[in-house]
Amino acid sequence: MLRYIAQRLSESALVLLIMSFVIYGLIGLMPGDPIDLMINADPKLTAADAARLRALHGLDRPIWERYLTWLGGAMQGDFGFSRLHSRPVLEILWPRLGTTVILMGLSFALALLLAVPAGLLAALKPRSWRDAAVNVIAFAGISVPPFWLAILLIIVFAVLLGWLPAGGMAPRGAGLGAQIAHLALPVATLTLATLGGILRFVRAAAMEALRQDYVRTARAKGLGERQVVLGHVLRNAMIPVVTILALNFGALFSGALITETMFGTLGMGKTIYDSILGNDFNLALVGLLLATLTTLLANLLADICYAWLDPRISYD
Amino acid sequence: MRWRRAAPIRALRPFAALAFALSLAFFPGGPARAGDLTIGMTQFPSTLHPLIDSMLAKTYVNSMVRRPFTAYDQEWKLICMLCTELPSLENGLAVLETTADGKNGIAVTYKIQPKATWGDGTPVTSADVMFAWEVGRHPLSGVSNLELYKRIIAIDVLDDKTVTLHTDKVTFEYAAINDFLLLPAHIERPIFEADPASYRSRTAFDSDPTNPGLAFGPYRVSEVESGARIVLVRNETWWGQKPAFDKITVRVIENTAALEANLLSGALDMITGELGLTLDQALAFEKRNGARFDVMYKPGLTYEHLDLNLDNPILADKRVRKALVHALDRDSISERLFEGRQPVAHGSVSALDWVHDPEIPKYPYDPARAKALLDEAGWSDLKDGVRHNAAGERLMIELMTTAGNRSRELVEQVLQSQWKQVGIDVRIRNEPARVFFGETVSKRKFTGAAMFAWLSAPENVPRTTLHSESIPSEDNAWGGQNYTGYNNAEMDALLEIIETELDRPKRKALWSRLQRIYVEDLPAIPLYWRAAAFILPKWLSGVRPTGHQDPTTLWVEEWTDSR
Repeated sequence: MLRYIAQRLSESALVLLIMSFVIYGLIGLMPGDPIDLMINADPKLTAADAARLRALHGLDRPIWERYLTWLGGAMQGDFGFSRLHSRPVLEILWPRLGTTVILMGLSFALALLLAVPAGLLAALKPRSWRDAAVNVIAFAGISVPPFWLAILLIIVFAVLLGWLPAGGMAPRGAGLGAQIAHLALPVATLTLATLGGILRFVRAAAMEALRQDYVRTARAKGLGERQVVLGHVLRNAMIPVVTILALNFGALFSGALITETMFGTLGMGKTIYDSILGNDFNLALVGLLLATLTTLLANLLADICYAWLDPRISYD
Repeated sequence: MRWRRAAPIRALRPFAALAFALSLAFFPGGPARAGDLTIGMTQFPSTLHPLIDSMLAKTYVNSMVRRPFTAYDQEWKLICMLCTELPSLENGLAVLETTADGKNGIAVTYKIQPKATWGDGTPVTSADVMFAWEVGRHPLSGVSNLELYKRIIAIDVLDDKTVTLHTDKVTFEYAAINDFLLLPAHIERPIFEADPASYRSRTAFDSDPTNPGLAFGPYRVSEVESGARIVLVRNETWWGQKPAFDKITVRVIENTAALEANLLSGALDMITGELGLTLDQALAFEKRNGARFDVMYKPGLTYEHLDLNLDNPILADKRVRKALVHALDRDSISERLFEGRQPVAHGSVSALDWVHDPEIPKYPYDPARAKALLDEAGWSDLKDGVRHNAAGERLMIELMTTAGNRSRELVEQVLQSQWKQVGIDVRIRNEPARVFFGETVSKRKFTGAAMFAWLSAPENVPRTTLHSESIPSEDNAWGGQNYTGYNNAEMDALLEIIETELDRPKRKALWSRLQRIYVEDLPAIPLYWRAAAFILPKWLSGVRPTGHQDPTTLWVEEWTDSR
């Protein structure tokens, strides 16, 4: 298993290298450069100023040359300077990655905690009122746009009831209570947005597992319903669900973008989005690479989970 | 299974109780603490360095922690802020001279406020002026606009608090050094001298922004959370009137719906007009919450217009351009969409500016005249409601603006409908701001009309937008903002002369001529002057919007708290 993990990690490093080249190239293909945006913001900027600033920021050099310079620096731990924040990119990204991981981790965990038992309950008694209720929740979660849900939650819990802050980050040095309160609405939004899809997958996978011969055999052997459901149905149903979860993990970055924008949370989604729009090459590149790395690691974790869920799967 | 109606409500009880307990524990509620003010805005400054990057968010915050030598006040008059007396030829502080290379120059003397002191107790002196000039004109320092610093050819230090600036061009703005911003030499000089090329990434304004020695205004920065908030506290070394608030927090929430929700929930006290809600949002907000907040509208120098690409053969014809304006009911647009808060623009000079000529020809809404002009221009053959010329070409114009800007998209639809009534086919093609400004406008890739705005200063000579030298092209590395491609020798000459005419009545006459040429040639279609909406709590007074580029925070010490 350890050899397998080491192999996957080295493959991930190669993927990251290729992705860095592709992303840098794609960002370079985008129209305009940071100086164009500066010119538009300041009508007094002359043509000579524009040419000087382009040379100063290295924007007059070919894209491949700029990429190699960046790569050389990255190999030595220097990932560049953020134009939008006037600070080294890692100084900007680390705390934001932490925020997004907390936001995503909590909402993912909550969504799983709610979706797995609810999906199982619905699958055990299809077409019952329980199943209908679960389906309503699932479809509502899938259909309701996160930005609308976010506004709704803000209006109810921040404006009307005044129970929770409408957004933003807890002030530096604030206690755990304030941190939780600031996270409550963004986490609730992301949880509800993620819940629907997972619920449907768990329900469908559990219904499929319930129809399998091994479940009938287990029951025929006289195992209790609890053992059948938890030991046989749930374990087998989770294999396709884990695949979907791993793929969803990367997509949560884009889900977090909407949530982060609505709640003013400083996370990765919003940072990457702003850096692309603001032509902050270094920040966009490293941010996207971190998102890629997160997805790769989530998939590796999923593969490890397969082996745990299904003893027939072995990586040795 | 039987339904039990009360069950869901009972089930929710523990959650409601928990939420209530949490709310009491973390958010006791009630009004914000007297002495504190939390301002909401939509943009975070990329840097707090005064000379690097031009950004309204930075100017807004920096105006509370430092002061320029000179600024335009709320009446659009040039005033001294850091200096003690405004130099003029009459008071002898400005003296005409000839430079070493025989050019007409001027020597202007400024005296720094005697009590001006950086937040760490170091006096603000002529050394700071010299250092700012050195950084400002250094090609590697990363300063975006070198023009002002390069125009100053020498500085004489008369004493610790007095300097004379020598420039090699005499302009009517000789006393206005609004953009000459001081840097603390005692902190920044060693960083700059170590390596000017990397100065912009090592400046204390970004690496140590809470250093009190960077501020000499009523406040100093005490906390910066990049992208989220900047906290300011009173600067004890400030020489002027004591400001009312102990602490000002500037919170950045980019989404305006969330910004509004934060204001209503009490997390913010006010939303700034400089970078806050759009006018339509503010009008809707006022209808819903006018009893709780004061909403103040201030039309200003933000000139919303349509740049026309004059390389397009259709638009190269002046008669077509005139027809386009006559076909628009701009009064009705202003009234219906903006409740009359954004006055119609009849030219590129605001009616609030002293050089504005109220007698310039105007283009009233006159569809009949528009149709006649189009007929005259050869677009007389009407097929399927669209005009064609003798060669069978359709009168089609592409209209572009920033996608997602609700106000502009609404205006666009009205323009399309009104132009359709006179037989002009308008195709709307919007782009994200990033692409629109970064490529389409700056490289003149729009084929018809591009809707956007310019923010300028009082009596701002539109050299970069109207002079033929400022037409962006590959040759000048797409510099300049004359995106229409407008080229008029008389306009070029006027732009040169106005800058150097010191006599006010003569200059006003030149401005008048410039405005007449502009409305006669119509390189752009004037739409309206944008208004900023300030949403303030009832207990706050003294906030006086300027309508120009200088923000309200330049007078933050005059704000009062009646709580």
